[in-house]
Amino acid sequence: MNAPANLTAVLLVVAVTVGVGGYGLRSRSTPDFYVASRTVSPLRNAAAVSGEYVSAASYLGIAGLLATYGSTMLWYGIGYTAGYLVLLVLVAAPLRRSGAYTVSDFAEARLGSMAVRRTATVFVVLIGLLYQVPQLVGAGLALHTALGAPAWSGTVLVAVVVLVSVITGGMRSVTLVQSVQYWLKLTALAVPALALLLVWRGVWHPAGSPSPLPVAHAAGGHDGGQGLYGVYSLMVALFLGTMGLPHVTARFYTNPDGRAARRTTVGVLGLLGVFYVLPEVYGGLGRLYAPGPAAADRAADTEVLLLPGRLVPGSTGQLLTALVVAGAFAAFLSTCSGLALSVAAVLSQDLFGGDVRGFRRAAAPAVLVPCAISLLLSGSGMSVAHEVGLIFSVAASTFCPLLVLGIWWRRLTAAGAVAGMLVGGGLSAAALTLTLLGVGGTGWAGALLAEPAAWSVPAAFLTMVGGSLLTPGRVPSAASVMLARLHLPEALAAGPADRSAADGDRSSAVPARSSRDGHH
Amino acid sequence: MADIFRRPGRLRRHAGFDGRAGQAAFEALHRASLAAPALRAGLTETSAGAAARHLRELLGAPGLAVTDTERVLAWDGAGKHHGAGAAELAAEVLAGGGSAVLKADRVWCGDLRCELREAVAVPLVVEDRVEGALLVYAPGVSAGLVRAAGEVARWTSGQLELAESHRSRTRLVEAELRALRAQISPHFSCNALTAIASLVRTDPQRARELLLDFADFTRYSFRRHGEFTTLAEEFRSIGQYLVLEQARFGDRLCIDVQAAVEVLPVAVPFLCVQPLVENAVRHGFEGSTGPGRITVLAWDVGAEAHITVEDDGAGMDPEKLRRILVAGGTSAPGGGGSGGVGLGNVDARLRRVYGDAYGLVVETAPGAGTKVRLRVPKYRAGVTAPPAGNPRACGQSHTT
Repeated sequence: MNAPANLTAVLLVVAVTVGVGGYGLRSRSTPDFYVASRTVSPLRNAAAVSGEYVSAASYLGIAGLLATYGSTMLWYGIGYTAGYLVLLVLVAAPLRRSGAYTVSDFAEARLGSMAVRRTATVFVVLIGLLYQVPQLVGAGLALHTALGAPAWSGTVLVAVVVLVSVITGGMRSVTLVQSVQYWLKLTALAVPALALLLVWRGVWHPAGSPSPLPVAHAAGGHDGGQGLYGVYSLMVALFLGTMGLPHVTARFYTNPDGRAARRTTVGVLGLLGVFYVLPEVYGGLGRLYAPGPAAADRAADTEVLLLPGRLVPGSTGQLLTALVVAGAFAAFLSTCSGLALSVAAVLSQDLFGGDVRGFRRAAAPAVLVPCAISLLLSGSGMSVAHEVGLIFSVAASTFCPLLVLGIWWRRLTAAGAVAGMLVGGGLSAAALTLTLLGVGGTGWAGALLAEPAAWSVPAAFLTMVGGSLLTPGRVPSAASVMLARLHLPEALAAGPADRSAADGDRSSAVPARSSRDGHH
Repeated sequence: MADIFRRPGRLRRHAGFDGRAGQAAFEALHRASLAAPALRAGLTETSAGAAARHLRELLGAPGLAVTDTERVLAWDGAGKHHGAGAAELAAEVLAGGGSAVLKADRVWCGDLRCELREAVAVPLVVEDRVEGALLVYAPGVSAGLVRAAGEVARWTSGQLELAESHRSRTRLVEAELRALRAQISPHFSCNALTAIASLVRTDPQRARELLLDFADFTRYSFRRHGEFTTLAEEFRSIGQYLVLEQARFGDRLCIDVQAAVEVLPVAVPFLCVQPLVENAVRHGFEGSTGPGRITVLAWDVGAEAHITVEDDGAGMDPEKLRRILVAGGTSAPGGGGSGGVGLGNVDARLRRVYGDAYGLVVETAPGAGTKVRLRVPKYRAGVTAPPAGNPRACGQSHTT
């Protein structure tokens, strides 16, 4: 293991992230005059969503699980992507048209109740805090593997960098920075993957590379019915949980209208589809070249970091390792900062009065709480990808029913929404806590607790529908108006009055107008 | 009863809210407070419907109707069939202005089980105009009921007057917004057109572009519908305004306008930044002869957008500025200069929409330039902008 190269890579990523963030905030564009009335293009926005979304679970976790448990774990990669398909079909455009910045805003706009807003806020904060934990645990693990440093040091490093940059106003969730992050992570994973594939196919023979072992069918994680249940439950969690992640919702606000929100989602599907091929390459090669079955999930998470060095010994391998390490830290930093910003924004809005000072005060708990939890949990030995899967089930059990029913069902009431979120969120959070504490064992109880989504999501939906049907008098009076606003394209909803005049007197000038824009 | 026996003396000495009478007073006040919010919305079918139940319980009457000058707005209590005739009964009161006791021959429907045999009609007078009537039905009208009905009607009228004053306050702010739109044109259009005229022979292409910018700018400013717009639209208008000002001042005016893409979709009150920019040009730059710089920035801060408008011009006496802002934009144009009205009006409208925490923050001193900061939350219930109506809003920009 080449510590200096890896250390350089980590420090470089940290410096670049902070530096670019600071530049993005303070920069003055070089042309003296610039009207920034252009809106962000769907593709760039899609890259930004993907950049913030691809986390430690995707970057490290999937490959490790694949290497250990085999092809069942392919569902992780598919699930992380397919969540956006559900988002695209059911939620993206209406959510944007509601004008909401967080799910709490949506709840307030749709149901006009502060009780729903507060309940949603509690879960936004909870999910935002918990989602950072696997990122920070992964950071500790990566730094330990790459440098031999103690596990807590990576956790603390990432937490401190995120905290400092959020407080100083550096790493704002600048769309440009986040979209660059996506391409950085893709490159950092793709280049070594290509090299590894060349070695595997025998095209390239670096000195001292091992030969692949015969493919052995490793024992699956669970057997029979339990395994099948786990897969289906995981699919429910990942497909339905994506729409509830606070940093994803906040990112959709940047789209100018519902149509752009849909285009962005299509872009995200494409970009993530490309990205999630790579962890599978690492996982597959890991099975071919692994020295033995990985001892525990946690050790498997380092698969991606170790594989380049194992297949390509020497300085080239060290360079490839450094690249992978850099990409991993980019993943930790971007996801953590996106989440910390969302949580701090929600906390400052609802607790600290919403001004700049409140935002800074809210940043501390938004980063330090997950840091403390991850330091406590660092010995639990659970896979990063599995932890993230559990948090997806909390999101799927709370915000998925709220968003889907809120957008598609007129008779939803505030009472039903609160009850549904409390039941779904309570059940899934309880299962998550018990699993983290190691309760449940290996039987059906353990399987049900380890993958709660298959029962907690239907429970939440049923409670929300039932609660709403029991309180028919409390359907918001503006529900129909609101639903019309969510579903009608903006151009139709706006009415033609102002626009027809604008289009009419502009029509003759359009060709000359475009030439004028060209020659400047 | 036990309560009265235990401390009869104390109850007599100070009729607080502990005794029976106090309890009744408390009940009445509570009923009144329940009816008040609805009445604050003015006299409509919805508000009368919401208030009628509380007013009826306040009077302890079996039936109560609220009418405006033409028809019955709300009926509460038993015997709904009386509702239809209420407008006819109220007609006398509406014409005369005094209250009237209506006997059984005009009220009673003849049904022996029906309690509503007599009624009191009392006018609701808002600012010396009879706006409607309150009809209280009872088995028999007593002097006490007439007095109570009169008091309730007077209280209701008071609430309606509050509603009226609230409406006129809103109308005042709207009128100021209209004034703001109107006052942009004479001063500025004259200068802009002169500047364009000077270019017609030497650079007809540029003159044409500027005229189109002028047309776009005025269309936006004179837009009639919608209280809100997006920051993107507002910034586009600022860009056009500054292009026109630059045509007039040339290199003397240095401009830097930037908005983070994340905040462009934010819904903001219509014309909430543009008057600040105009103010910066007129007060910070126009009087002087040297070069000046105007900087307009908007960036993303979590759940809010922050915007600053800065000039390095003449600045302003903070004391004078405070007077303008305290007046909330209602001062006469002669008082603080018309630019001051723009500042005060923007401040008042921001506070009305988002609350007092979101007023303007101005840093200034004579000779030190002026920096105006405003904050806008990304989401606030009820604040939604119509989407960009013009295709030029996306995909085009001006770089000069």
